Amino acid sequence: MSDYREMWKNLGMNLELHDQLCQVLPEAFGDVYLTQDNRPESMDYYNFVVSEIHGVRPAELIEHQKKGGKVFGTFCVYVPDEIVFAADAIATGLCGGSQFWVSGGEKVLPANTCPLIKASVGARLDRTCPFFRIADMYVGETTCDGKKKAWEILSEDVPMHIMDIPQMKRPKDIDAWADEIKIFMDKVEEFTGNKITPEKLSAAIKLINDKRRALERLYAFRKYENLPISGKDVLVISQIAFYDDPARFTLMTNKLCDELEKRVKNNISVFPAGTKRIMLTGTPLAVPNWKLHHIVETSGAAVVVEEMCTGTRYFENLVDETKDTIEGQINALADRYMKINCACFTPNDGRIKDILRLAKEYDVDGIIDVNLKFCGLYDTEGYKVEKAVKEAGIPVLGIETDYTDQDAEQLRTRIGAFVEMLGNKQYI
Amino acid sequence: MYCVGIDIGSTAAKVIVMPEDCQDVLYHLLMPTGWSSKETAFSIKKWLNERNITFDNSHITATGYGRVSVPYANKVVTEITCHGRGAYYLNKKNCTVIDIGGQDTKIISVEKGMVTNFIMNDKCSAGTGRFLEIMANTLGVSLTEIFDLAEKGNEVVISSMCTVFAESEVISLIGNGSPKEDIAWGVVNSIVNKVCTLSAKLSPGDDSFFLTGGFCDSTYMCEQLSKKLKMNVESSHMARYAGAIGAALSTK
Repeated sequence: MSDYREMWKNLGMNLELHDQLCQVLPEAFGDVYLTQDNRPESMDYYNFVVSEIHGVRPAELIEHQKKGGKVFGTFCVYVPDEIVFAADAIATGLCGGSQFWVSGGEKVLPANTCPLIKASVGARLDRTCPFFRIADMYVGETTCDGKKKAWEILSEDVPMHIMDIPQMKRPKDIDAWADEIKIFMDKVEEFTGNKITPEKLSAAIKLINDKRRALERLYAFRKYENLPISGKDVLVISQIAFYDDPARFTLMTNKLCDELEKRVKNNISVFPAGTKRIMLTGTPLAVPNWKLHHIVETSGAAVVVEEMCTGTRYFENLVDETKDTIEGQINALADRYMKINCACFTPNDGRIKDILRLAKEYDVDGIIDVNLKFCGLYDTEGYKVEKAVKEAGIPVLGIETDYTDQDAEQLRTRIGAFVEMLGNKQYI
Repeated sequence: MYCVGIDIGSTAAKVIVMPEDCQDVLYHLLMPTGWSSKETAFSIKKWLNERNITFDNSHITATGYGRVSVPYANKVVTEITCHGRGAYYLNKKNCTVIDIGGQDTKIISVEKGMVTNFIMNDKCSAGTGRFLEIMANTLGVSLTEIFDLAEKGNEVVISSMCTVFAESEVISLIGNGSPKEDIAWGVVNSIVNKVCTLSAKLSPGDDSFFLTGGFCDSTYMCEQLSKKLKMNVESSHMARYAGAIGAALSTK
């Protein structure tokens, strides 16, 4: 990483502690990513973004603030970035995916809180992540009890706006969500001092839809028998999508897709023929959590799709671009966001339909249902997911894990046996 | 050509040598894994060489948690696949395998020797061989003795799932003057319960159960499991070698 120490110091970061993180991250990325053979050349952009993860993008955000712009930090794919960008502000994802931040979170949170929440709170309170320092306002939501209470703790340290996500999907709940988006819009207008016009919101809707289209295009390459890109590479791209400049991200991802198109024409695959195709479903994999993809893809299988917030939940379904009044646009946003099937809703049969549909679209051989430790919602829903998937004749393996590496070998045994089992299936 | 299966578990290492047609077992070896799987693998190599089994006249598959420490293996297969295959070899019918290992407990559905589904304990030693080993230590008895004691014992509930907490529970039972037999009963029962909970999650069909791992000789364990599962749990004296047998069968 280039020298950003002055910037980090000005952000009030704990430099000594942060240095420890800067030491381990490049090594982890090198071991997991740079050891792969035959990666697309256009991955260089994403390699660069990760290598400068706490430098280049934070510097851009600070530049934006110097010009009077605001930065909003978000934690959930339900928070509509469109509203933020329509007010000439920038939204950036803040979810923590490293064990490094967990102990900081445990200082104030119960140990049996999910690692994503612990890491996010730890990153803020320990002052070891520039994104958490830069954001002028955090936007929380009510997806789970752990988050709701964590916001109360964070709000002692940083301005927070909380969006109330409904727990059901009846028409009145969709109306309530539209109302929440309106309240959020008022808040963003007030906080930035910028008026959101239909023209501006329309442009922002197009901006974020374009990002979704680029991701959709990228994911479509994973439907081919010959996989032109690894699951690991797509995962890091999905993670970068949360905090990169949206227009540039779309441009670079489409550029990568152009290269992948050529690979498909030339039948280039980054996996040997017959590699088993795995779908991951469940809780999100926030950057730099690459553990499961790494184990799967070094155990004779490939991850071809993630039914996760860092996956299809992030980009599937577009916002209707034809509306030209604020009211119409807000309803269009509410409709699109309420199509995301998160385990915080009841009932949540839409998610099971999604999983079965994705299994067909991506021609998966088996599903690994992933649960971040102490996520009661996804853990409980796992029962219904696994049951439905088994009924559809797709082998499934349930896994519960966190950000530590201590269970890596046990996971390797389980995942290895699962892949061996998929290989046997044809003989029975 | 010989087919050699090496299963390096957390507690014991098992080796099986079969002829090329895999119809019978020529040699078998059981030894403690000790502190270094690498050294164990080296001792096994010596043992094989003494029987004129070398790289040139054998296919070697390694399994178990120490499988990566066998540098001379031609192939590495997970213990789940191997236990399934080995149990089918011994039991000769479709079944649900209960493997109580040193540090993990696995329930494996097997059809025609192939694993069709499996489940393993999460990260914790409840319901494993290590759990029983620690409790036997606390009671000052051997692993065989604990089964003999349990057979004479009456119902006592040890409710902690965590091995450390269960140990303190056992210590307070000792302090309260509970008979050793009853405590032994409670300890074995705790493992049986844990195994049955795991097995219920896998929801196996009406096939029979087959116990593999170090407790295969304990008729008491089989009886207790049968009682709780309400299904016949069988085993065999060779069932501790199931992983190694499966590995030998996997060489092809």
